[in-house]
Amino acid sequence: MAYTAETLETLAADAAQIVSRYPDPNSALLPMLHLVQSVDGYVSPDGIAFCAQTLDLTTAEVSAVATFYTQYKRRPNGEYTVGVCTNTLCAIMGGDEIYRSLSEKLGIGHDETTEDGKITLERIECNAACDFAPVMMINWEFFDNQTPESAAETVAKLRAGEPVAPTRGPAQVSTFRETSRVLAGFLDGKAGEGVSAGPASLRGVELAKAKGWTADGPAKESASGGESAPKPGEEHSSVDRPAEDPKTDGKGEAK
Amino acid sequence: MTTLTPILTERWGTERSWTLASYQAHGGYSALRKGLAMQPAEVLDAVKTSGLRGRGGAGFPTGMKWSFLPPPDGGPRYLVVNADESEPGTCKDIPLMMADPHVLVEGVILTSWAIGCHHAFIYLRGEVVHVYRRLLAAVEEARAAGYLGKDILGSGFDLEITVHAGAGAYICGEETALLDSLEGKRGQPRLKPPFPAVAGLYGRPTVVNNVESVASVPSIVERGADWFSSMGTEKSTGFGIFSLSGHVTRPGQYEAPLGITLRELIDMAGGMREGHELKFWTPGGSSTPIFTAEHLDVPLDFESVASHGSMLGTRALQIFDETTSVVRAVSRWIDFYAHESCGKCTPCREGTYWLRAVLHRLEAGKGEEGDIELLLDLCDNILGRAFCALGDGATSPVTSAIQYFREEFEAGMHTPAHVLFPPERSALFHYVPTGDATTVAGVH
Repeated sequence: MAYTAETLETLAADAAQIVSRYPDPNSALLPMLHLVQSVDGYVSPDGIAFCAQTLDLTTAEVSAVATFYTQYKRRPNGEYTVGVCTNTLCAIMGGDEIYRSLSEKLGIGHDETTEDGKITLERIECNAACDFAPVMMINWEFFDNQTPESAAETVAKLRAGEPVAPTRGPAQVSTFRETSRVLAGFLDGKAGEGVSAGPASLRGVELAKAKGWTADGPAKESASGGESAPKPGEEHSSVDRPAEDPKTDGKGEAK
Repeated sequence: MTTLTPILTERWGTERSWTLASYQAHGGYSALRKGLAMQPAEVLDAVKTSGLRGRGGAGFPTGMKWSFLPPPDGGPRYLVVNADESEPGTCKDIPLMMADPHVLVEGVILTSWAIGCHHAFIYLRGEVVHVYRRLLAAVEEARAAGYLGKDILGSGFDLEITVHAGAGAYICGEETALLDSLEGKRGQPRLKPPFPAVAGLYGRPTVVNNVESVASVPSIVERGADWFSSMGTEKSTGFGIFSLSGHVTRPGQYEAPLGITLRELIDMAGGMREGHELKFWTPGGSSTPIFTAEHLDVPLDFESVASHGSMLGTRALQIFDETTSVVRAVSRWIDFYAHESCGKCTPCREGTYWLRAVLHRLEAGKGEEGDIELLLDLCDNILGRAFCALGDGATSPVTSAIQYFREEFEAGMHTPAHVLFPPERSALFHYVPTGDATTVAGVH
């Protein structure tokens, strides 16, 4: 094994901590592969051997798992994975053009890395932020509502070694290795940074507040507190609406 | 008119909403005290009576799922929270866990109490690292406050929670694939039966529930089953988060009683993108058959959506206007299914491969005579024959799009989608197109 004794000692201590989280040691394999990436920047042959040895698996068994999941890299990854969502919704909202222009600027395609080792470009699948489309993820932090210009500017900063802040996430994007360590289940002190929610997440709750809508509704039973709130739907009941109400801009329905 | 009912979304956006202090300042963990003073069976009964149905897509009654566990045999039983939110269009659990992780933790404790679980797992997709930080920190805080660990609040009940990050695989949202993945294997679905209730994680009785389902439990315990079932419809009770995305003025999360309509939701979202009109939409993610403008008034509850030929799914309302090529949209969804098919069963692995090939040539305007029939025949050979729901889901956009927009597929035999529907007209920003968009996009 090519790890130094010191690295191996640290790895073993971390692995033991991971294993202790589960009733069955084999459950530690996925986080341990993230851990290997935090040391080597990809799932290296050394890392595979380390996982196999620690969990009493064959290297073939470990490789079979490592190659199944897209976050595990078979080649040294760039310092930053820049993923542009090109699943249907983001693609159509502009993700295809963002990906195309980034690919052209960087001179690399999907799952390729710039020569300076800074950027690995990816087309990614839906990352559960469709209301912020088009979305870009950098080391799995959210960059919402992107344009080709905003994406290019962010990537240029990364290449210049400048800090970059996600829309919803910590104050600064971590490197691929740092991020991999978090994914192995080791907190980095950044949980308290960043926003609670982005604007799109708050649209409904803010509208409800503005209109005085609550869920205290037609309470048949007041389980606790029992404040009697106005019944949702009391005003503007559906009987007042024409069957073929044309789409309004929402303001027409305001109280 | 239906109005919004912020419950799960209520604390989002408040000052440091993700912290224990903030959660408690908003009444958090009071349901836990109430629940631990009840018998586990009473908590289970409350959830059963509430009518809560799984919020992860399938809509199976949550309380019934819990009651399927065999009687205790002295060995462990597990709760696994499915936080692998990956269904295209679905974007509710991630903001919930980022803004309010403690409501999930409280729901996990209450659910574990109800089912007799002493080690629960939250399986989070790996591609959302900040959400993982917030969950890990919330569990640490809850443990320090005595809500986790030994003898929780003096009840004699012990519970540990492990928050586990996946590594990128849509299939792990399927509950048995998730269990295999949590056991450190490739995430491939298992043959059912046995169901997880009987033989789940490590072969032990296991409940797998979606984030939003579990997060709904504290409010049911706190405010009562009747309060919950006073919202929604008779068979689809309660509230849910509706996720609007795409060509609407204000996309976002809108929490409302089940049974609200898309027309009402689009009104709340400020209407369609200015100057445009609705063309098609998904009621519950890309695996649910698409709807059109004729379905604007279908109540978004499990029964009504099913009776109109689709599924409520995850209430992921992806909305597309008249500038959008339905062939391009479907072709890209099939790229996704082909990419994410785990390869275990032939109908899905080979079927999605061929669907993709045929759709690509139709999108490029190079379709061949009989391609539509070929697509339908492929779907017929996948639907009901695949090992899990991924294959079935892949057929939904294809068959429904052909049903409503057959002429666009016919046009794919002579004209590229990007000529019929220039992509720059659909984008949310202005740009001048360069070259042929279809030659660079979408091939994994």
